[in-house]
Amino acid sequence: MKHLLGIESLNRDQIMQILETAVSFEEINQRQIKKVPTLKGISVINFFAEPSTRTRMSFEVAEKRLSADTYNIAVAGSAITKGETLADTALNLQAMAPDCLVIRHAVSGTPHMLAQIMNCSVINAGDGFHEHPTQALLDAYTIKKRKGRLDGLKVALIGDIAHSRVARSNIHLLTKTGSQVVLAGPATMIPRGVEKLGVTVTYDPKEAVKEADVVMMLRIQEERESGLMYPDRREYARFFCLDEKLLSLARPDAIVMHPGPANRGVEIEDDIMDGDRSVILEQVANGVAVRMAVLYLLLGGSNA
Amino acid sequence: MKLLIKNATICPGTGQSFPGSLLVENDRIAKVAPVEIKADGVDEILDARGMIVAPGFIDIHAHFRDPGFEYKEDIVSGLNAAAAGGFTAVCTMPNTSPVCDNIGVIEYQKKKAREEGNGVRLFPIGAATKGQKGETMAPIGELKEGGAVAVSDDGKPIQDSSLLLRLMQYASSFGIKYVAHAEDLYLSRGGQMNEGYFSTLYGLPGIPAVGEALSVARECLMAEYLGLPIHICHVSTKAACDIIAFFKTRGVKVTAETAPHYLLLTDEALGSYDPNTKVNPPLRSEEDRRAVIEALKNGTIDAIATDHAPHHERDKNLEFNAAASGMVGLETAVALTLKFVHEKQISLERFVEVFTAGYRMFGIEGGTLAEGSLADITLIDPSYTWTIDKNMFLSKGRNTPFHGFHVKGAVFRTIVAGKTIYTRPY
Ligand SMILES: [Zn+2]
Repeated sequence: MKHLLGIESLNRDQIMQILETAVSFEEINQRQIKKVPTLKGISVINFFAEPSTRTRMSFEVAEKRLSADTYNIAVAGSAITKGETLADTALNLQAMAPDCLVIRHAVSGTPHMLAQIMNCSVINAGDGFHEHPTQALLDAYTIKKRKGRLDGLKVALIGDIAHSRVARSNIHLLTKTGSQVVLAGPATMIPRGVEKLGVTVTYDPKEAVKEADVVMMLRIQEERESGLMYPDRREYARFFCLDEKLLSLARPDAIVMHPGPANRGVEIEDDIMDGDRSVILEQVANGVAVRMAVLYLLLGGSNA
Repeated sequence: MKLLIKNATICPGTGQSFPGSLLVENDRIAKVAPVEIKADGVDEILDARGMIVAPGFIDIHAHFRDPGFEYKEDIVSGLNAAAAGGFTAVCTMPNTSPVCDNIGVIEYQKKKAREEGNGVRLFPIGAATKGQKGETMAPIGELKEGGAVAVSDDGKPIQDSSLLLRLMQYASSFGIKYVAHAEDLYLSRGGQMNEGYFSTLYGLPGIPAVGEALSVARECLMAEYLGLPIHICHVSTKAACDIIAFFKTRGVKVTAETAPHYLLLTDEALGSYDPNTKVNPPLRSEEDRRAVIEALKNGTIDAIATDHAPHHERDKNLEFNAAASGMVGLETAVALTLKFVHEKQISLERFVEVFTAGYRMFGIEGGTLAEGSLADITLIDPSYTWTIDKNMFLSKGRNTPFHGFHVKGAVFRTIVAGKTIYTRPY
């Protein structure tokens, strides 16, 4: 594996390999000295062309714990605003001779285009509405740790599926590992043809949550969608917010997940978010281990 | 100047093709016959064994970017690309800078084509509204006088139905029609590709196919209400085909075109995120693609146009959402469409018909091999196999999703007014 561009192109074995590798990195993260020399001398550019705090931080922590040299490039908006073509951007990054490019971009497919031009490994840290593979991997890691398996589970994915790269990557991953994914949200947020990805669709969150092992809530996207995709936050919350009553329909041992940042009181109530079934902070912690595993497999691999 | 073409398959555009020969004298077709023509003083005898001889093809939908964006294409390079593609006449869309909404631009374009071009005839389509803004009518009478063969706002289609109705009426007083790029701009806002399973999979904002059908229906209803003809550009959806077929049965004088990419590619191709697959209307579903082929076969769609839309690398090689829309088509349309002849989906006669129907649609001289008519001729070698190479294009544009495609059939020679202006360098 040279790049990690999405979950769609991975098979079950590759997914499992990443998750198993992450176990040993989680152990490192619990040590007093959380640093190993695995990627010493390897340089990684974190190119974030869209605001991100937790994903960027998580990658940076993962890289540093592996002793890689990290360089952060944050650009407000994309490179085009500076009149540069994507090829120019790629060649400029290339000129710095990185071993790996971690890229977040608001436009779907940009990591794929860069991977074609550049020689180094490319890790997709989220592209448009398309994929966010490391998020799905850390979610899977979290689920597996709590549930002991990734097959035969019922996972409810609730919210704005249409504009969510987290949803797409999770759908690919969980269907590949043999879990049942049920999507719920207002019809405007369920993208056309999504059933073909092997999921069940309902507009009723109760139906999705019923007997679920995992309830994953998605962030309601930007304000501009209000009024067009749904009337307003108040109405959205009334029908789709995860509260105690809705969660009571799930299996008693169900876990609650959210990729963050969460809109408290809109898609998830405070008491659920902070409650004992929430694994939201675990997701964040596991994110570092999973990203270390990805970096190791792409860059350290066999010669490490 | 006398040119004798013999042993050819003569395909006159209307009626059956037949083996025969054709004599060109100066700028006219002197004789066509199913036997060998005897003539004295012939300057060139062309043994066209295995070749198709057809009336010069017309592309009724191309973008030459001149004036304003000559770095993408200019009239000279555009006409060269046309000749290489077997086209002896081209209608150009008005989205130049300045917009072709006044007689000055039309005269500039016609003059440049005449004086600097290779002989391919250029027929500008004038803007329907001033600045293609969709607000007030362009001086349609004057555009007609300058040589416009139709009016259209193409990629910036008129959304205001009241303006459209009055404009169609007004244009009819000068005997020219409105050419509609059928799109509902509200529905396509922000969209990057056809909405469906593949836009969901690729995470690109979708353009619902229903937008094209809505606009086609409105345009056809207007034409019916006014009793006027209308032409629909680059049809890409099944629903639009069904609506056009419906209005044809009602006797509405609606004509329609499609482009080769809608016959060959679907929205699945966007998975490469290659900006060369970005085009407007977008590549549609497999069901739509099949319906468009069917419509071309059964006559619902009358013509093939290229929608030749050259772009420079710096407008294309960007993040997908920022990349310009469109692909070049002049130099690949004939070869790509011949596939359907080889597959026996359309007859050779129908193939020639769809590349020459534009003459009748816009009242342009041409599209016939009748004796005495203008000697605009396209010669095709239907069995020559080759690989499309964007670097060989005469167009300045390299933006094609067909680079590397293996095709069968090539334009062998293009003749305008009796003069060979292009010969394929085998
Ligand atoms: Zn158009």
